[in-house]
Amino acid sequence: MDQRYDVIIVGAGLAGLRAAIELGQDTRVAVITKVFATRSHSGAAQGGIGAAISNEEKDSWEWHMFDTVKGSDYLGDQDAIEIMTRDAPRVIYELEHMGVPFNRTAEGKIAQRAFGGHTRDFGAAAVKRACFAADRTGRVILDTLWEKSVQRGIEFLHEFHVMSLLVENGRCCGVCVYDLSTGKIHTLHCKALLLATGGAGKIYKTTSNAMASTGDGLALAFRAGAPLQDMEFVQFHPTGIYKLGILISEAARGEGGVLRNKDGERFMERYAPTIKDLAPRDMVSRCILEEVRAGRGIDGKDYVHLDLTHLPQEEIGAKLAEIIGFARTYSGVDAKKEPIPVQPTCHYMMGGIATNVEGQVIKNAEGAVYDGLFAAGECACVSVHGANRLGCNSLLDTLVFGRRAGKTMAKYIHTVGWPKVSETLEKQSVQKINEACNTSGKERIGAILADMQLAMMENVSVFRHKESLAKTLDTLAALKARYRRVALTDKGKRFNRELMDYFELGYMLDLAETITRSALCREESRGAHFREDFPKRDDKKFLAHSVVSLNESGQPFMWTRPVTITRFEPKERKY
Amino acid sequence: MQCRFIIYRFDPEKDTEPHYQTYVIEAEPTDKVLDCLNRIRWEQDASLAFRASCAHGICGSDAMVINGNVTLACQKLIRDFTTGGNFVIEPLPLFKVVKDLVVDLEPFFEKYREVKPYLINDEPPPEQERLQAPEDQEKIEPALACILCASCTSTCPINRADSDYLGPAALLRAFRYLFDTRDTAAGSRMADLDQESGIWGCKTMRWCTDVCPKGIPVTKCLTQIKSAIKKKGKSG
Repeated sequence: MDQRYDVIIVGAGLAGLRAAIELGQDTRVAVITKVFATRSHSGAAQGGIGAAISNEEKDSWEWHMFDTVKGSDYLGDQDAIEIMTRDAPRVIYELEHMGVPFNRTAEGKIAQRAFGGHTRDFGAAAVKRACFAADRTGRVILDTLWEKSVQRGIEFLHEFHVMSLLVENGRCCGVCVYDLSTGKIHTLHCKALLLATGGAGKIYKTTSNAMASTGDGLALAFRAGAPLQDMEFVQFHPTGIYKLGILISEAARGEGGVLRNKDGERFMERYAPTIKDLAPRDMVSRCILEEVRAGRGIDGKDYVHLDLTHLPQEEIGAKLAEIIGFARTYSGVDAKKEPIPVQPTCHYMMGGIATNVEGQVIKNAEGAVYDGLFAAGECACVSVHGANRLGCNSLLDTLVFGRRAGKTMAKYIHTVGWPKVSETLEKQSVQKINEACNTSGKERIGAILADMQLAMMENVSVFRHKESLAKTLDTLAALKARYRRVALTDKGKRFNRELMDYFELGYMLDLAETITRSALCREESRGAHFREDFPKRDDKKFLAHSVVSLNESGQPFMWTRPVTITRFEPKERKY
Repeated sequence: MQCRFIIYRFDPEKDTEPHYQTYVIEAEPTDKVLDCLNRIRWEQDASLAFRASCAHGICGSDAMVINGNVTLACQKLIRDFTTGGNFVIEPLPLFKVVKDLVVDLEPFFEKYREVKPYLINDEPPPEQERLQAPEDQEKIEPALACILCASCTSTCPINRADSDYLGPAALLRAFRYLFDTRDTAAGSRMADLDQESGIWGCKTMRWCTDVCPKGIPVTKCLTQIKSAIKKKGKSG
């Protein structure tokens, strides 16, 4: 490990790895990751990656763009969406050339399947657009990119946890990290830093996300002064395994699976007559909970059935092998013979660190950028997903914008010298960390974590209301006060997970507040954000990105940025 | 129900010898063993060290020994055991213990890197995808489920006796690229594997297959490597 790198990348999922591969062999790059690279949560992605390559049916990038814009409930920036959907076929061929083992058609081309919200002819009917490898698409892409990095000899700092960013006068010049294996704190300097830390699903009680999905990058950027955009838009995936939240891919419905209520009715036919069970996730999640509220949940409880029993057994046994295994292991259900009990589960953050299409982090309403600070993947908000992300657009997002950030950094590092990191800044950062490590009190991390997850699940998930949101802000303030009285009991240096838990909880409490505050301010319903007191979309007042950042006294304040509309004017969203 | 977890503890920084520590918790039959470990860490003893992330058998972090068998803590539920609520939890064998249930997997990944785990093909790629017949893709399909949890390699009796042996996980990765029709390095791959510390180290004992949490037919894949090398030897 050196003390100085041209580029430091935080996070070894798809966005981070794709950026690392883009950097020249002569660039000194380190990828910092708090879990071993192949444990990154990109590996849990199941169903596919979207691209209009027309291998199965006629398709076009304009239809893909339209679907993404409509799916975003018109909050996505259309210039960014155009870049992503036009670039998608190149991404797929590049992955294939690197060795990704996609499923194949009879002619030997990359196979494609249907996915929620993806249509032909601007919404006429579902289209097969998702390129896939069984139901482990994320796994094989992550493996391939990691192996490419191994081939290239890229340096990884495994099991290092980032504790703060060194940002001075609008320039990011490094990070403070904690080496889990030794307990030592290091400061590393760099010319460019990419945050690619993924999502923050662990803020909620029920989630498909990994234990590592604690939003570190978002909180680090926010604390360093960077704005977070559209934080109220949190995706709840309709089909998590009942009580556990483990993801059952949308591919299950793409392959013909249907949702049924306690009467056995295929209820999505009522809500989305054209594409039925393949409606976008925000809608399907709301529909499931509407059924539950109307007393049509299974056994009167808060879940419904995902039925695959009518599908050809051998075919789904191969194409949906992982999820059939999950249903068996965790629910004791043989999905080929009986339906899987499912309910919505926190899955994805549409919001994140506000960036432009080159991956640069934005610092103000005029779109000025930080020097040396970049973000890509789920932790960033470009914004291509707006108020609701379509399935199989997230892998695409990481690869398109991870590569672009890599390209931008490759150029950037040749235009700047080494930053002069002031000793005071470095000392302050280390001192802050040391103070935190020596906190004393009686509160326990696990108890505060559970209370936060429950409050967010109950009040800031699929359905929201002014009173419950305001109450949650109070709850979070009380939890933060308790957090300051946490007792750290593990005084050991080696693999001190408690210290990592402690920092992660701090990050999540900050983010929970930004999510709740943004949700309270948006007095309309759009995409994944549904306000029971304002059930309609209100383009006059709210067709804008919400942004939250810290003011000079360290208090969060809200502002807005305009949405970029190029080809598709906002319309009512029906499927 | 009440469960007793008897857990291997060792912090090389302060302990001269490993010891076992007992924790008693209330658990549901449907709780994962991992849920219980998390609860012990959060409610009773924050110093207990183990790795975990996705918590549903897809990231490969939490392979360990539960009641004598190598398995993933997130893939086993309390109800899967008939030991009357008693659980003995130990780190993966074969590897050096960093702390408690955390082992040093660097030797595992070193072997993995030895098999050149990446596609080798220096021909300029076509504008679109390289074609591959579905049956050719299906041939390597079983190996794609591997999550590098190290269960197989840490269990394999040959690995325990011979530290030079590549081991089932690395060989499975070799299989994945050797039989990928898009890879052009089959000849040199086979030459690299054609050694006692390579594919011939495998004595078809099948412990790897029995223990794989993803149900991969590891031994079957390794046997295909042997057949390919034998066939190549015969054809000169």
